[in-house]
Amino acid sequence: MAEDEDADADADARYDDEDSYGDIKKFIYINRKAPHGTVYALESLEVVLIAAAFDQDVSLVFMDDGVYQLKKNMDTNELEVKNFSKTYRALEMYDIDKLYVERESMEQRGLSIDDFIVDVTVLNSNELAKLISEQDVALSF
Amino acid sequence: MKFGIVVHEGPYQHQASDSAYLFARAIIEGGHDLYRVFFYHDGVSNASRLSLPPQDDRHIPNRWSDLAEEHGTDLVICVAAAMRRGILDDDMAEKHGLDASNLAAGFRISGLGQLIEAGIQADRLVVFGD
Amino acid sequence: MLHIVNKSPFERPSLDACLRSAQSNDAVIFIEDGIIAATQGTVLSDKVENMLSSFKVYALKADVDARGLSNKVIEGIEVINYGQFVELVVENGTPISWL
Repeated sequence: MAEDEDADADADARYDDEDSYGDIKKFIYINRKAPHGTVYALESLEVVLIAAAFDQDVSLVFMDDGVYQLKKNMDTNELEVKNFSKTYRALEMYDIDKLYVERESMEQRGLSIDDFIVDVTVLNSNELAKLISEQDVALSF
Repeated sequence: MKFGIVVHEGPYQHQASDSAYLFARAIIEGGHDLYRVFFYHDGVSNASRLSLPPQDDRHIPNRWSDLAEEHGTDLVICVAAAMRRGILDDDMAEKHGLDASNLAAGFRISGLGQLIEAGIQADRLVVFGD
Repeated sequence: MLHIVNKSPFERPSLDACLRSAQSNDAVIFIEDGIIAATQGTVLSDKVENMLSSFKVYALKADVDARGLSNKVIEGIEVINYGQFVELVVENGTPISWL
């Protein structure tokens, strides 16, 4: 119990600074779904864009069908939905430049980094596990 | 410890909102601090005042409202997601010339910054989704 | 870390994604349809039982009971209630949901 109280006190003390949120937290966004079949790809990107204003340490991970969110040459005209894929290129302007693709997911789907609309870092599962283990906040979509 | 909860799905369709509610209650009963419950994607529909479930079933929007009333829990729904899905408070309805609003008691509509802030302020942020 | 898996491994590859991303001594809890992974006698039971050598594995009682599977949980997987789920989150650091 005493240990918990100390931990809580430390956590609260971080936010006693009126001018800032204190220590920067590591946020990771886990994207595992293909775009367009559901809304998660679009709406998770909207969170990332808002998050940029908070100056936290942000990483985006694309795994399983999430790797398709970064696919080049999307043409959504006939679907009559917004093509938001260019927005991934705008992330850089907001200092969100840590975009990771899981190698296994990419290769299982016959994709390569040449298929993606932005520069990404490809991580194998071990590297991804290590990255995830370092995070303070995980937002899954 | 300070908790935040994120709810990604609407009431009844997916279990997410049930799991989130039971988890929220357990946080409070365990003597912890529930900083905020943030509703995103279809989760905004948890805030509809117009839900009419059968009498013998749980009333999901009402029990969230009750949590807010009894414990002061901060229930926030995302404005962009809410607008897409037609969950509006009086101000928004009036501003956009719509003839009705439907936000349930105890909820407030705000921006995604509230989600990020919950992640920053809470020690643990738990996502319930599909 | 605490990994929260809420979908059945027969419906979605979320458990696989979780296992690729978890590290030794992390905790994994099955909730909602995810508890199906925690049951004996499926083609995936051996794989899930093997998880016990690397992770602390839990299943949420409310979800196990609701699906009529309380007598089928793999031995070694601890069945816990919501109060214990909250404490699990407290004790195991950052929670991550595999949806």
